Amino acid sequence: MSDNPTSVTVAPQTSQSLAPPAKRRRRLQRLTKRDKIVLGFMVGIPVLVELVLIWLPTVASVGLSFTKWNGLALGDIKSNGVGNYSYIFQNYPPFWPAVRHNILWLLFLAVIATPLGLLIAVLLDQRIRGSRIYQTVFFVPVMLSLALVGIIWELMYSPAQGFLDSVIGLFDHSKDAGQPGAIDWLGDPNINIWAALIAATWKHVGYIMILYLAGLKGVDPALKEAAAIDGANERQIFFRVVFPAMRPINIVVVVVTIIESLRAFDIVWIFNKGTNGLELMSALVVQNLIGEGQAIGIGSALAVVLLVVSLVPIVIYLTRTFGKDKQP
Amino acid sequence: MPATPTPFTPTRRTVLKGAAVGAAGVAGLPLLAACTGGSSGGGSSSKSTTLGSSASDPVPKAGVAAMVNGFEKKSGDTVTINTKSHNDFQNAINSYLQGSPDDAFTWFAGYRMRYYAAKGLVAPLDDVWDKLGADNFGKGIQQASTGEDGKKYFVPNYNYPWAFFYRKSLFQSKGYQVPTTWDDFTALCAQMKKDGLIPIAFGDKDGWPAMGTFDYLNMRLNGYQFHIDLMAHKESWNSKQVATVFDTWKSVLQYQDPQALGLTWQEVAQKIATQKAGMFLLGSFVTQQITDPKVKADMDFFEFPTVVEANGQDALEAPIDGFMLSKKGGDNGAANDLLEYFGTPEGQNLYSSKDPNQIETNLKADFSYLDALGKKAQQTIANAKYISQFLDRDALPAFANDVMIPSLQTFLKSGNFDTATVEKQAQQLYAQQ
Repeated sequence: MSDNPTSVTVAPQTSQSLAPPAKRRRRLQRLTKRDKIVLGFMVGIPVLVELVLIWLPTVASVGLSFTKWNGLALGDIKSNGVGNYSYIFQNYPPFWPAVRHNILWLLFLAVIATPLGLLIAVLLDQRIRGSRIYQTVFFVPVMLSLALVGIIWELMYSPAQGFLDSVIGLFDHSKDAGQPGAIDWLGDPNINIWAALIAATWKHVGYIMILYLAGLKGVDPALKEAAAIDGANERQIFFRVVFPAMRPINIVVVVVTIIESLRAFDIVWIFNKGTNGLELMSALVVQNLIGEGQAIGIGSALAVVLLVVSLVPIVIYLTRTFGKDKQP
Repeated sequence: MPATPTPFTPTRRTVLKGAAVGAAGVAGLPLLAACTGGSSGGGSSSKSTTLGSSASDPVPKAGVAAMVNGFEKKSGDTVTINTKSHNDFQNAINSYLQGSPDDAFTWFAGYRMRYYAAKGLVAPLDDVWDKLGADNFGKGIQQASTGEDGKKYFVPNYNYPWAFFYRKSLFQSKGYQVPTTWDDFTALCAQMKKDGLIPIAFGDKDGWPAMGTFDYLNMRLNGYQFHIDLMAHKESWNSKQVATVFDTWKSVLQYQDPQALGLTWQEVAQKIATQKAGMFLLGSFVTQQITDPKVKADMDFFEFPTVVEANGQDALEAPIDGFMLSKKGGDNGAANDLLEYFGTPEGQNLYSSKDPNQIETNLKADFSYLDALGKKAQQTIANAKYISQFLDRDALPAFANDVMIPSLQTFLKSGNFDTATVEKQAQQLYAQQ
């Protein structure tokens, strides 16, 4: 791939200064033309798709967030100044709980789920018997869509027929599923966010595990041996040598964790459409923009807030990725 | 990224939807030009018309098809049915009516019917109603088919009532009496609680079922007109009347299922079936969740009790589905004839022959297909003076979904309903219209 562009740019210069045989020049030009068309398509189509499907709607969203519109004629779009923003910040009760829940989601994944994934990866890397089976077991949830994860856990948590309350009911009949005393995993706003986080962790752990397993395989065993010869114990070897050596993986994991917590949506949507203790930014955007509850100006303002927040990790990730290419 | 919302997705949908509507519009132009050519006021001699239908599920789809076939046979006109999935149709209604809609389309009574009528996007149907005979429909149905300007804009097809459902055998064995007043009702709740039952079954995980209790308390306490004006935001939420509704409701919160916020109505229906709970305010579709025929035959319902003597039990919550004409369709004689046919006993009998779960609205229709409970529901609807459409149809949908669902859920768990904040939200959302 990288050869073609070079020859394309070099070709005219060589043809002018060195005046090579006509036959060779024609061949080069023909290649150039085709290359140009191919390159034009390869770059042009994605750019067009990107423009139409991503940039145009983004700009439109930002524009609409400063307006009020009933969704009928385009002429009905009226300026609302920063009205939509002051509304969501001051008069929209679900907004701040949603922000808190997104932060809680991030902290929970970062402090509990991600280290748990790392722990499992380290344990499974120890050549224990049946390691492959354990890996598969932990990885299966990753292959399920988040919506399916939500449905599975909803069945576990239901206070009327749920698996969890049925098991608890075996020991304490007053807390059996369907009894008034049963733990209300989905409806109690103090509990349901943790129930959702456990469901999210179930999937997240497998994802992190597989990333770190790959990372651990990539660490040169000679490093560990050298550290061991220098008298380092197991813990020191891991935290001082192996973990720092996995820096590229660590960055990916951090970014994955942040993005997962920002785009968290499916599980709470399945549980109760993101209300009553399960408010999340993404759920509010959907409630306000899609379907019956459509309030285009307000939904766009919420989307812009989420976009601005999301840009931070995206920018960090992109500078990291492209920065790495420059310094081999 | 499966099913993950990015900030861009909704707008992308809108753009694509707009493009699709635009394309459909271009394709539809010659047809519509042919339909509307040289006619005015429903006097066209056109022999063809179109019907946009959201009846996408097999059973209602067959019902609509049966009605349309009946009309085609009787009139010799041809009708093209354009069926779209129920949710898509509902969500795209704005651009649909704004673009090139079909002559006739399926819709429901309530706020948005009146809203589009006021915007001039749909055609008045007074001529159709004159031919149908208003007396062939209950008073509440007539009222619900009328726009703000007093003209009729809607031909009803079927509906179903909301009421307290219970098991007859449970009431018999415990000696409970069906309550007709609020005092009787609270006394019954107390007795049921003493007997170890959950007096008021309640499931609000999905957010909308709680709206039914609010609607009824508001209509019983403050009257139907106040309720409808509040729904249209002509009255303030930050008012004494609304505060009274929640004070009254609060007095029976102790009798509701404490797990209400974790349960769907389907799960709650099982608590009624298994006699763990006493009574359940829901639409008559609740019986569809009960599979055991013996239990189903044991089900009965009573109307929401009187709270204030002056209002009695005059209002009934019974969402009505039916048909409307787009502005262009109003000029097409065949479309007017089609809607008239949909309102006749003949047309409605054809619908119920395919979809026996619904209660037709023309009083002269043949109701022999209904079971005992269905017949009782039909009578209740026919006798209702006022019919409300449920909060999410009577109010601005954005307000119902984005404000009322979270606010009612907060009320259920804390007993507090912040009328001042809800009023501020209502102002902002209704001002966007």
